[in-house]
Amino acid sequence: MSTETTSPAPHPSEQQERPPLAVVGSQIDQDEELFGRAFDPWVVKRFLTYLTPYKTRIALGVAAVLTFTVTQLTIPLIVRAAIDHALVEGATDIDLLHWFIAVFAGVVTLNYAANHLMETTVSKTAQNLLFDLRRAMYAHLQVVSLSFMDKTEVGRLMSRLQGDVYALQEFLESSIFAIGDIVLLFGIVAVMLSLDPALGGLTLSVVPLLLMVQIIWLPLARKAFMAAREASSSVNGALAENVHGIRAIQELGREDVNFGLFEAKARRNLLTHLTASKFTNVMIPIVDTLTGSAMAIVIVLGGSMVLDRSLDIGVMVAFLFYVQRFFDPIRSLTLQYSIMQRAMAAGQRIFEVTDVDVEVRDAPDAEDPAEIDGAIEFRGVTFGYEPGKPVLQDISFKVAPGETVALVGPTGSGKTSTTALVHRFYDVWQGEVIVGGRDVRAVTQHSLGRHIAMVLQEPFLFSATIEENIRYATAGASHEQVVAAATAVGAHDFISRLPKGYATELDQRGANLSLGQRQLLSFARALVADARILVLDEATASVDSYTELEIQRALARLLEGRTALVIAHRLATIRGADRIIVLQDGRIVEEGSHDALIAANGLYARLYRMNYASFDDIPPEELERALSDGGQRT
Amino acid sequence: MASPAKRAQRVDAEVDADYNTDVSKLDTSVLWRITAMAFRHRARMAVAIVATLCAGGFQLLVPQYLGRAVDQARGLLAGATTGSVDSTAAEAALLTTALLLLAAAVARGVFTMLQNYQGEAVGQLIGFHRRLDFYRKLQSLSMSWHDRVHTGDLMTRGILDIEGVRLWVDTGVLRSILLTVLIGGGAVVLFRNDTDLALVALSFVPIVAVRASIARLKLRDTWIALQDQMSILTKVMEENLGGIRVVRAFAAQAHEMIRYDRISDTALAIASRRVRLFVLSTTQMTFVYFLAMGLTLWVGGTKVIDGTITLGQLTEALAFMLILQMPVRQIGWMINSIARASTCGGRLFNVLDLIPSIADAPDARPLAVTGGVVRFEDVGFRYPSHAKDERTLSDISFEARPGHMIGIVGPPGAGKTTIAQLIGRYYDVSAGRITINGQDIRGVTLRSLRDAVSIVQQEPFLFTASIDHNVAYGDPWAGRPNIERSAQMAQLHNYVKALPQAYQTLVGERGVSLSGGQRQRLSIARALLPEAKVLVFDDSTAAVDAATERRIREALKGFVADRAVIVIAHRLSSLMHADEILFVEGGRIVERGSHDELMADADGRYRQLYDLQARGAEATTDREGTA
Repeated sequence: MSTETTSPAPHPSEQQERPPLAVVGSQIDQDEELFGRAFDPWVVKRFLTYLTPYKTRIALGVAAVLTFTVTQLTIPLIVRAAIDHALVEGATDIDLLHWFIAVFAGVVTLNYAANHLMETTVSKTAQNLLFDLRRAMYAHLQVVSLSFMDKTEVGRLMSRLQGDVYALQEFLESSIFAIGDIVLLFGIVAVMLSLDPALGGLTLSVVPLLLMVQIIWLPLARKAFMAAREASSSVNGALAENVHGIRAIQELGREDVNFGLFEAKARRNLLTHLTASKFTNVMIPIVDTLTGSAMAIVIVLGGSMVLDRSLDIGVMVAFLFYVQRFFDPIRSLTLQYSIMQRAMAAGQRIFEVTDVDVEVRDAPDAEDPAEIDGAIEFRGVTFGYEPGKPVLQDISFKVAPGETVALVGPTGSGKTSTTALVHRFYDVWQGEVIVGGRDVRAVTQHSLGRHIAMVLQEPFLFSATIEENIRYATAGASHEQVVAAATAVGAHDFISRLPKGYATELDQRGANLSLGQRQLLSFARALVADARILVLDEATASVDSYTELEIQRALARLLEGRTALVIAHRLATIRGADRIIVLQDGRIVEEGSHDALIAANGLYARLYRMNYASFDDIPPEELERALSDGGQRT
Repeated sequence: MASPAKRAQRVDAEVDADYNTDVSKLDTSVLWRITAMAFRHRARMAVAIVATLCAGGFQLLVPQYLGRAVDQARGLLAGATTGSVDSTAAEAALLTTALLLLAAAVARGVFTMLQNYQGEAVGQLIGFHRRLDFYRKLQSLSMSWHDRVHTGDLMTRGILDIEGVRLWVDTGVLRSILLTVLIGGGAVVLFRNDTDLALVALSFVPIVAVRASIARLKLRDTWIALQDQMSILTKVMEENLGGIRVVRAFAAQAHEMIRYDRISDTALAIASRRVRLFVLSTTQMTFVYFLAMGLTLWVGGTKVIDGTITLGQLTEALAFMLILQMPVRQIGWMINSIARASTCGGRLFNVLDLIPSIADAPDARPLAVTGGVVRFEDVGFRYPSHAKDERTLSDISFEARPGHMIGIVGPPGAGKTTIAQLIGRYYDVSAGRITINGQDIRGVTLRSLRDAVSIVQQEPFLFTASIDHNVAYGDPWAGRPNIERSAQMAQLHNYVKALPQAYQTLVGERGVSLSGGQRQRLSIARALLPEAKVLVFDDSTAAVDAATERRIREALKGFVADRAVIVIAHRLSSLMHADEILFVEGGRIVERGSHDELMADADGRYRQLYDLQARGAEATTDREGTA
């Protein structure tokens, strides 16, 4: 490909070409801690609670680790014993050798069994733990209050569900070996010191040197690892932008400019990773030199001790074996350090999510009525999202079963909050919301969901077939019911025209359908749910007049025989309602039928007379005039 | 950009959204291809390979010195017993061996460092270039392809798959070389000492090799399956969180958890199978290795007793085996990474090998525009993914030029947006042609075409950046006065000025949230800034209120004087002032003329639509009458 170059050096002309107002990727700096402390007791404690279901398995794993280490340590000892007892010059003993071989075979088999058990239990537990953590986060996000979800971006949650879980996976997978390594390390030290304290001590004298090197190396390396990590997250951010904003990029011809900027980021990523790699690899010759020194010590000192007859030659051989096995774990543990830091930070973010307070909970004695009568009543409801800033103040109204009530009012008047309270998305500060004769806090949230169907302003669809989208949570709905619902809202025709009909897979968010078609599907979805109460937030974005007509027809069909609370934007919808409630600044200012409100000549009448196709079309300055007129009147 | 045509290359418009289907067949060719990429960095690869060979060689010296040391110590021991040996000389020999051993260890360390560093550097360079290729490729692939592909899937390819490919050099190529050197070199040394002992010591190699290659194939399948499940899981989670209000509204948490668990459990089952396979193969390899060590001790011990070999030679054989312990353990990781590299590589190359269906013709020249003149001549169009007889547009002819604004209206699905897409050549016409200032748009460079054409979308994408960056997106060299002028025309300036940070205010996913109308106005400002000669408004004021729209129109009066303007809208007030209005239905122009002409036909489609919208439209005309 044309971008192939061997040198990572920056292009000199790039600096001049860079336009003043161009960036790729987010302009916001890294705002999340990528690295935490290497050991965070709080995070570890939380981890442990997730490990309780696997207690027996972990006990088994620990036993396996110990057995594995002991057998691992025994192997050189058997070799040593064989050399010293069976192969010693002048006193060779073939039977003893065979006996040692048999022991060796037994130990090796035990080692295999322990190794297998250890790796299986640790890997499986790690795997289960990751899936458990992800599920715990996801399940918790299904029940946390919407006020939390309102404030948090999907992207950020996804990075926790994926990126952070991935960081933990990396940690847990490598920790399988680390655990064995640490135990082995202590085992080797113990065995060497017990075989010969003097030679053992001298051999281990290189360890403090290694520690000193580490103390200098660690902070520098840590900085390099962090830089690399940040560079790659910045590169990925820029790539994400290229994926999501591709249409705008192609339309505005930003390909070349963006590519130049991306290349600079990718280059920085390359260079920081190379630096980090240098830090990682510089430890290799250091560790090898120390290993070599330790072996040289064993040879020179051990050799002369053999000469003094103060050391068996087999012990010297065993020492040489242990020294070779000793330093590899130390090196891998060093690398483990940065993975651990990342895992701790990731763990903290994961538990942050699972710890989000659930504000709306089912009462312990919450009822789950099979049938309700469909009446809605607000009694002196006051509610807001932030303390001290009520959005609704002392709202009281009733909707009789089967009645359609339209909520109208300017933006910010509290319409959406009112409908959200019917479904108990939030809890009121004061007063009561009564649905079907019961306070919403006295019934389960699930029963509210079953008796209240909602159509949201944005017709959100899932990547699934059309049929699955219409059926959605009403698992028992037959194909016939789905078709009947689609026919009732006038969506059947366009669905049938699609090559695969109801089995057509929708693209991401239903991108292969028009806005109007998506709205019709969301109506059909509400119809299949067949609830007594309908809460509908009419879409504001204007669709073409044909679809508009179809939507009005579908709406009429949807409202039949149901209690409906509608946030109405279209005048046609408003006029069709049995009653209209006019909200302003979180209070009900007027209430009545269209004709009655026109006769009363209040805010509604003024807004209506402005003759906009929808109340939301009214420009702010005119709206202000209408509102201030009202102020003079009262 | 196009690479040699040997590989299975496909035009993006013709592939399914599911373009993973043939990944598993590409196995070795994918690995060869990655290896070839590595060898493009000749100097580094040469250093890495030489370093690998040297590291292996020095590592092989270590057991030899150890063996020699044991024999020397034994010699010392024997000498001391008999008193016949000069102990100073023997001790000097021991010291020499120790120093040689130290030197070999240091050399091994240095060369291993070089090997690892250069290996990783080549891997990083491959990652760097593939990342650039991938970015470039995504930019050049047609919209019809992007429409069908899930964004999460592309991110997985751009991040995880590149990572998998990158690791191949180090874990695949260099480690294979090192392992070959260690086993091969060790075999030579061992065979020189004693054939039987060598055979026994190396007996584990063929068994491990067979075991590894079986495991590799099985692991590879689980990798593919797992990757696919995780992609689905990502999609499900992302949509659930994005549509959380729908989930809550239908009290569908239980339904969503069932959905999640079904996929997550499948993924976990695959992951567990992978663990089982992996653990079984690695532990078996270690076991076979230890058995070989036991055999070596047995056979070697017998030979020491026989006096065929010395104890030092046995130590050497055992020490050599010890050196292989780490690599044997790593074979497991190696095969895992081979499996990963070929899967990831396959997925990545499936995108990199796509040929953009929309690209410059070989003899493409830059478009020359003075005043914009857009002509459609009998244009017909069919989407590549649609059936042969299913035409989206037929016989579309019109001309937009300065002073002759075109309005396009019609029911949904009539093909209005397609017309806009064709002008920017996001798709190629199936019949007829489109010209700008007399030049067929297929004969000019894409860059010059898109510079000359500005299309304003209904649902604009905002970048996570400040407002001025967003407005200047199409012309990042623009000065502040130009940015403000565009914002003024789009009726955005007053709003922006009132913000605490004005034009530095951050918008987009993580910035302040703008209303639908504000986003559309920003998108209009963005489209006006580059001063393109052709302006297409594709339903771009649907969320802007009628009065603001009218003010935008007023502000644009002078600006559009020397430009071709095409307005697509469903609100008639947006386009009734156009010089010519086309009523499109079923992909054909069924009525055309000025507003007054079209209104004259009492049974016409336009007139019907007008009556349908009468209430809103009357309001606007009333207001315009009094203004």
